[in-house]
Amino acid sequence: MHSLSPALADWFARKGWALHPHQAEMLARAQAPAQLLIAPTGGGKTLAGFLPSLCDLERRPRPGLHTLYVSPLKALAADIKRNLTTPVEEAGLDIRIEDRTGDTSYTQKRRQRADPPHILLTTPESLALLLSYEDAPKIFAGLQRVVVDEIHALSESKRGDQLMLALARLSQLCPGLRRVGLSATVEDPEAMARFLARHPDPCAITLADPGPAPDIAMLPCAAPAPWSGGGGRYAIPEVIAQIKAHKTTLIFHNTRAQAEIFFHALWLENSESLPIAIHHGSLAREQRVKVEQAMVAGALRAIVCTGSLDLGIDWGDVDLVIQIGAPKNVKRLVQRIGRANHRYNAPSKALLVPANQFEIIECHAALEAVRAQDLDGDARGAGPLDVLCQHILITACAGPFEADALFAEITSAGGYETLSRADFDACLEFCASGGYALRAYDRWQRLRQDASGRWQLRDPRAARQIRMNLGTIQDSDTLKVRLKHSRGGKPLGEVEEAFAATLTPGDTFLMGGQVVRYEGLREMTVEVSRQTGKRPRIATFMGTKFATSTQLSARILRLFHATDWPDLPGPTADWLKLQLARSHLPQADRLLFESFAHNGRAYSCLYAFAGRNAMQTLGLLLTQRMEDLGLGPLGFVATDYAVLIWSVDPVEDPAPLLEPGHLRAGFETWLAGNAVMKRTFKASATIAGLIERQSPGKRKSGRQTSFSADILYDTLRKYDPDHLLLGITRQEALRGLVDFGRIEEMLARTRGAVDHVVLPQISPFAAPLLLEVGRVPVVGEGQERLLAAEAEQLLSRLITQNNPK
Amino acid sequence: MNAYRFGFGSTAFEARGSGALYWPQERALILSDLHLGKAERRARRYGQVLPPYGDHDVLARLEQELQDTDAKTVISLGDGFDDDEAAKNLSPEIGKDLSRLMGARDWIWITGNHDPSAPPFGGRCLSELALSGITLRHMAKPGAVGEISGHYHPKARLALGGAHISRPCFLIDRQRVILPAFGTYTGGLDCRQTPLADLMEPAALAVLTGQSPRALPMPRAKRLRQA
Repeated sequence: MHSLSPALADWFARKGWALHPHQAEMLARAQAPAQLLIAPTGGGKTLAGFLPSLCDLERRPRPGLHTLYVSPLKALAADIKRNLTTPVEEAGLDIRIEDRTGDTSYTQKRRQRADPPHILLTTPESLALLLSYEDAPKIFAGLQRVVVDEIHALSESKRGDQLMLALARLSQLCPGLRRVGLSATVEDPEAMARFLARHPDPCAITLADPGPAPDIAMLPCAAPAPWSGGGGRYAIPEVIAQIKAHKTTLIFHNTRAQAEIFFHALWLENSESLPIAIHHGSLAREQRVKVEQAMVAGALRAIVCTGSLDLGIDWGDVDLVIQIGAPKNVKRLVQRIGRANHRYNAPSKALLVPANQFEIIECHAALEAVRAQDLDGDARGAGPLDVLCQHILITACAGPFEADALFAEITSAGGYETLSRADFDACLEFCASGGYALRAYDRWQRLRQDASGRWQLRDPRAARQIRMNLGTIQDSDTLKVRLKHSRGGKPLGEVEEAFAATLTPGDTFLMGGQVVRYEGLREMTVEVSRQTGKRPRIATFMGTKFATSTQLSARILRLFHATDWPDLPGPTADWLKLQLARSHLPQADRLLFESFAHNGRAYSCLYAFAGRNAMQTLGLLLTQRMEDLGLGPLGFVATDYAVLIWSVDPVEDPAPLLEPGHLRAGFETWLAGNAVMKRTFKASATIAGLIERQSPGKRKSGRQTSFSADILYDTLRKYDPDHLLLGITRQEALRGLVDFGRIEEMLARTRGAVDHVVLPQISPFAAPLLLEVGRVPVVGEGQERLLAAEAEQLLSRLITQNNPK
Repeated sequence: MNAYRFGFGSTAFEARGSGALYWPQERALILSDLHLGKAERRARRYGQVLPPYGDHDVLARLEQELQDTDAKTVISLGDGFDDDEAAKNLSPEIGKDLSRLMGARDWIWITGNHDPSAPPFGGRCLSELALSGITLRHMAKPGAVGEISGHYHPKARLALGGAHISRPCFLIDRQRVILPAFGTYTGGLDCRQTPLADLMEPAALAVLTGQSPRALPMPRAKRLRQA
């Protein structure tokens, strides 16, 4: 049992292969209740996860589900099926392998429930759905092993929490179930192991040979990087030269919009017509599949992409990764670099292209961190309660349950080991009756107890609704984009509804690398026509806005201890020296606050290095304080390191603005009414099952009968401020969009030390911020004033039109 | 004062920031689409357990309006209750509150598509009401003259200095007034959409609710330029 089974050993021998040491180690530990493999891409990681299953099934063939494989991507499940089928068929094993995802047909799914394959490949959501069926115990009867692939990616979101709760359920249904986790390089393997294992089982960790150190550098360019903005268009000639010098190049961008703009520019300069393509999450599925297939076939020389290619299939012959824009996070950079050269013993090759002068500093710091193998990452918090609420509802769909037994089961899941009984009871109460301070719905509870005290759905028909709402992935409200008159033709992709609302017929934007002209909105589809040779309006549809990690920010701040920077390009070093001469360089243990006048407005610039989301929140909090003080704030713009605020009157003394008590009070009271908090609430309320996921079809017919989650949020704050969901929202706001935890981190490291520098003119560091996009106007009295002015202007125009002289 | 005054028919009206319409000549407060009992109906019909405070909130805002205007007559323009059963199932506390507000006032329930029957709270129940040459009904009739209605929950969306705002609004032209929904758990229909866009005259105004109600030309969908 601790070595290869005969037919597989024979297959390895025929191939002339030997087991990698980590594969042998995984096989030797096949009986461990849980084990985690940390290995770079390539190196037979997936096979290492499956070998114990294949050997067991060869030695003791038997019908029924033996191994469950869970991956974050549907495409990966399909790909693994292909890759695993090869050794199974060539070794002559009688093992049935099938995938089951959102794309699997209804009949196939039904058959799988009645007659499961030996190995089922699925996603966390499809697994949760299977567990919601009454016949779940039958489907999973006999299950021996579960393999969780790309667990590092799953653990970064609530999908990981949902999966761990599902595994806890599975372990209950199948005592003796063994868990295997496969992970890319992470900063804290022990924490990942604890997350994976059933509490308090031990979890063995296998560290595969990471291979040779990556070959990574900044791409030298003839043109200097610009002072602000993103996109890296200045580097196009050098990028094309690199594409020509390599077989296949992946060009990563941080946002979809930047990927589109870069791809468009690259295409215009592509005089030799190299086959290049674009791949990101807003493109239609058909488009993405086409690109993936061309890539596997080796038909592409370069793919401009976003995080959509961070995971997944072995993309053949990628021999260069180019990262455009600051990587923001060292761990993700290392994982991206790993996409190049999947051959085990060759170094991965990567080039960084900073998009502006400040990013040169950030890239420099990131390169240092990669060389020092100093990975960043935030410790995983306790398992979120909104996901727990959904899990309780899913459990109820499968049949009646006892609260005590469910609590015991849940506290065996990674992340939930420290869950208090009080919190569990609050979640159960929320699922049952909404958990409101005011008793209501006694007749209409969602869950109620039977005579023996077991909890069950009051109305079994509710199961359908719960299943439809399952999952933790938040879709933003997007609209499909189609060519006009392309009756039922393929969509080009999707844009955010808010972006579509800003479009006027005739406006042009980029989609899938082509310029399209907005024609109109038809039902829930954006209709466009092709447009050639016109400069597009920027496509501002969503792309994840990553915040620069705490650790990388700290490294950048350490660079500022110096007074000379021989390793940085000349213009960048000169810029730092100029900032040092005119003002200060920001320091980790002090806050730099600059004040200056520019174009008749008072400007304030705070360098807090807390990451983009927290800096945005800081902007909201500071402008609110300034409004209270009558300084007339007009707007602000935030980056990963600074927030620049403009106002009618200058800030004379920043210390009271930055007083921790005020900031925290602002978070608790005023910020709580802000749109970002409402978005946070909406996400949690959807996951917890208070509101339904909005499907596009529903929105169409919903109209005035559906009301926004904002109304529920405001109502709860007014009448039930201690409600469970508001607690969850506050907890969520410490991370994510609001990221107040980073503000706390900043307060802790600076401990009230503020350097206020009043300058006769704009400072070198603040100058590029004036050109940043993403300005936030300050709403409040200001909005009423704007509205009054707008109303007057529009009305007077109307009067003029109606009374022509 | 938190209201926009305008002339309609032969008299003056006040479109209030709350979404209520006040008719000084008749000392009448007109409200539409209260949707009382919406949370109860959602729980009953769909197993969704919304915060049970929507009705409290509607009545609290209504009481404030009654205090501010000292109205002697209240006209609910239909959909006062989310359905007939919701009217029967209102919590006793809400029922008591509503009866207290109704008190000695002349209270008229105009029926709507959600609440076609007379609610068990007294007051008069009518399918429409003609008063001083003006017809009050739930749903606007195309071609009607001098009509005040509700039903559509109109909202207006505006781009302002880079941000979008969307607020419930009154729609007003020479022949009709359409009220926004007064209910707490209500959404809205963008006034660019049909049938609102077709019902209203080209010169119609939208009065946005909020702290200081403001009149704007009613936002219209942009027409496609002919290529």
